[in-house]
Amino acid sequence: MAKTAWPAPDRRKLIGSYTSRLDGPQKATGAAKYAFDINRPDMLYAKILQCPHGNCKVLEVDTKEAEAMKGVAAVLVEKDARSGALPEITFAGDTVATVAAVTEEIAYEALAKIKVKYEVKPPLMDDRNPANVSGRESKTATGDAVAGFAAADTTIEGYYGLACVTHCCLEAHGQVCEWRDGDLYVWPSTQNVSGYAGGVKDTAALPLEKIHVDCQYMGGGFGSKFAADAWGNIGVTLSKMTGKPVKLMLDRDQELKIAGNRPSSYAKVKVGVKKDGTITAWDSNCWGSGGQQRFSLRTLPYVFTGIPNQNTLANGVITNRGAQRAWRAPNHPQGCLITMAALEDAAAAIGMDSLEFFKKNLSLTDKADIYAEQLDIAAEMIGYKQKAHLRGDKTPGPIKKGIGMSMHTWGGKGHPSQCSVTINPDGSVVAQLGSQDLGTGTRTAITMVVAETLGIPMDKVRTELGKNSYPASGASGGSTTIGGVSASSRDASTKALNVLLDKVAASLGVPKDNLEAWDGKIQEVGNPAKSVAWEKACSMMGMMPITQQGSNPPGDLTELTTDGVGGVQMAEVSVDIETGVVRMENYAVVQDVGLIIDMKTAESQLFGAMVMGVTYALYEEAIYDNKTGAMLNSDMEFYRLAGLGDIGNFKVHFMTDEKYQSRGVIGLGEPPVISPGAAISNAVANAIGVRVSELPLTPDRVLAALNQGGVA
Amino acid sequence: MKPFAYANPKTIEEAVKLLGDAWGKTEVLAGGTDLVTSLKQNLTSPDKVVSLKDVEGLSGIVAADGSLKIGATTKLKDLIANAEVKKNFPCLVTAAESIGSPQIINVGTVGGDLLQRPRCWFFRQGYGLFGTYEGAALVPDGDNRYHAIFDNKGPAQFVNPSSLAPGLIALGATVRVHGPSGTRDLPVAELFATPKADTDREYTLKPNEILTYVSIPMKGLKNATYEIRQRIGLDWPMVTASVAYEDSGGKAANAKVVLGHVAPTPWVSDKAAAALNGQAVGEDSAMKAGAAAAEGATPLSMNGYKVHQVKVVVKRAVMASMA
Repeated sequence: MAKTAWPAPDRRKLIGSYTSRLDGPQKATGAAKYAFDINRPDMLYAKILQCPHGNCKVLEVDTKEAEAMKGVAAVLVEKDARSGALPEITFAGDTVATVAAVTEEIAYEALAKIKVKYEVKPPLMDDRNPANVSGRESKTATGDAVAGFAAADTTIEGYYGLACVTHCCLEAHGQVCEWRDGDLYVWPSTQNVSGYAGGVKDTAALPLEKIHVDCQYMGGGFGSKFAADAWGNIGVTLSKMTGKPVKLMLDRDQELKIAGNRPSSYAKVKVGVKKDGTITAWDSNCWGSGGQQRFSLRTLPYVFTGIPNQNTLANGVITNRGAQRAWRAPNHPQGCLITMAALEDAAAAIGMDSLEFFKKNLSLTDKADIYAEQLDIAAEMIGYKQKAHLRGDKTPGPIKKGIGMSMHTWGGKGHPSQCSVTINPDGSVVAQLGSQDLGTGTRTAITMVVAETLGIPMDKVRTELGKNSYPASGASGGSTTIGGVSASSRDASTKALNVLLDKVAASLGVPKDNLEAWDGKIQEVGNPAKSVAWEKACSMMGMMPITQQGSNPPGDLTELTTDGVGGVQMAEVSVDIETGVVRMENYAVVQDVGLIIDMKTAESQLFGAMVMGVTYALYEEAIYDNKTGAMLNSDMEFYRLAGLGDIGNFKVHFMTDEKYQSRGVIGLGEPPVISPGAAISNAVANAIGVRVSELPLTPDRVLAALNQGGVA
Repeated sequence: MKPFAYANPKTIEEAVKLLGDAWGKTEVLAGGTDLVTSLKQNLTSPDKVVSLKDVEGLSGIVAADGSLKIGATTKLKDLIANAEVKKNFPCLVTAAESIGSPQIINVGTVGGDLLQRPRCWFFRQGYGLFGTYEGAALVPDGDNRYHAIFDNKGPAQFVNPSSLAPGLIALGATVRVHGPSGTRDLPVAELFATPKADTDREYTLKPNEILTYVSIPMKGLKNATYEIRQRIGLDWPMVTASVAYEDSGGKAANAKVVLGHVAPTPWVSDKAAAALNGQAVGEDSAMKAGAAAAEGATPLSMNGYKVHQVKVVVKRAVMASMA
């Protein structure tokens, strides 16, 4: 009888292998259809009229001219959900009205003909000024901070911050809606296939079983695509009004303005430290803004949570920009930058090597052994011994080099997931689950698990996901997907296999408890001589396929997925102290992640996170105008993302010892994106001899910091 | 985007006749890298678009009468690949290559580079050429990190985005302009003007004129461009400098130093040129030229760093010219 537990290392053929995405060719050729690519007969295109003001009341919307245009099918004016009156608008880019027309061009033209009167009020945009805090403050105190600072030989006081960034998904948000025979069909770009329908059911006034969601491919979500959103409901309404399918995808500028952002965070930090590197006290006063959503950063101090004698204060600024959304490892990159930068400044203040300092204080973390091992590996990868120097590169010339490091932590246990696996009498296999592949390789990983469990090649297994008619699976957030779907698909395929073994046992003359699926056969455990080929075995089931449901957690409560990973990253940068330009040289990523299903897509997760990390460390910043509230760089021109020339050399290393892998599957989406801001900021400080307080580390900020000191 | 009539003339005379005498009614299409996005963002809503694609004689590079003539619709990629340009005008090659995007280099044109509209984000977000909102100017108290540090006391505080103009001005190039009553030639420096009204354009070209070619005298000038840019790939520079001078036994003569991305027009620094003229070209004179170039800058609230960068780009452009 097959067991649900993960196979032992010597019984893994596919799990842990370097396997290419199954849908790579479809994506490369364009055969893969994203929400943007869905076209339905007689479809209308909807476009949104955005409010240009960050804070205003809509007084009047005149849609007559737009409605009179040939080709315009419907104009929908936004109303306050409760009162039904024209709305108060609290961030620029929010929806005033939407037009559905037979072509995109006509829809845009109609938008230009809508006349709106606003009562404009000044927006509050300045989230750097702590005087603007308006949220509920959160305070913590442990130990005796006064005594802790008194015991310190040196106390550093620093200011650190990260700008608001957006999710900037390659594929913008949106969906196609179609009503057919009283049912609603939606093709959204979503991280939440099984839960999406709940977000439009009230607007549709339909029971959930009449709402059919289909998302086969998507171009990134990063935490911004859990909900159906306002535009989902507008699409449903317009489709209902017109009786036609409606495509409503956000334009790039809207994607940047209204489809999610990561809260800014700023902090004044004091760290008390003894000459020998012992940390004696921490004090932080942190504020930041989640836009229209209340926010306060409660991840300080990060990783080094065991620092004795802490005072923390966190507060928020409500600003007139869109509400924050979960952004890949919510609140961790901010906590990480502020903590690791402050601690590195403390090390610099006592003239201690950063690596030595961090290692000395690992007992203040909850993964001391793991970090110690990882720090050594990362140091080796980046050539720390050969290259490291104390703060400030003293070599002549304008180009200064430096190395910085950071540590992070994450949960990543699998979410609730259900999966059904069908073994057909011809030996073909189908796995179905209402999950989604955000581009990370989920479809491939599930196929690997099912094929491994059944001992057959991957091409015998078809994985179907992306529809809410399949067994429900959790939303893809918090690095929970791989743990959830690998467990439910393992459970389902194990159960299906056991039904099959039951049918085969008699003809092989081997008790089913002593059978296994291996190498395309059902065989006596360890004895290929007593076996039957997979297809032959399947033919014994008669005409009825075997279908079994599996879940996470599995029915027998086997732990296939666990929680909690650590990672260390080291960055090497060069900084031109005359121009202020920072360039990435080398980057070492060391990550603990439990059992890895697909080594190749796991590595891709690290590479993707690194590109995103370099981007928010060096370039990325949502810039808003303080008078209008408008986002000024809602484009790919001044909303800078790192390109291939900007990222330097990445080296990655997974902790694949059995002591790590035996923990089961743990998610990897978030952890590697946490440290880059901190590691790169520390590397820049190490290079130029002075801290650049805020990310992104743009030339103007680098030059301003150098004006305060450093090697220049 | 408002629907418009599309004209595809075959001769320059025909093309000029299709233009009107007011900006915005008719737009001229070359590579389209700026115009197409401007149309889509309703920054301009012309009734007519006149394509130069099929106009004879507008594309190509020829050496004649001691000058190199570069047609207005010559692609940037062809400019970069031209042997004469490579040999004589490295300052242009650096500037064009630094645009960083193969897509833009492959379709963008020399004339389009000179006549593209500013990238000022207030302008691009629809607040007009001078960036106004509810009657007030947005630039002085807004995010002006990429705005002008010279010639910024009037309402125009954007920077000229042309990659090639500083180099062309340094090299003493002229442009040929074709209008309804024939042609006129003018120095590239005089092609640009700081607009007084937000309905003006940033150049002295009239609405019914077309730039047909650039002519660069081949005088054997030493020349180079240096740009400070954040990204390796597609990006706008923060500050650029192009220098050109006669090499008179190791000393500079008739030097020109032209800055980009610091003023509403390409910014000719006579002070920097004076600091170079008669001096041995080297680190010392390069630094002095840089310091002179930054004199008189009037930075806004967020772009003081550019004053420092001016010193660096001029110094490095001079140093690069020695290579």
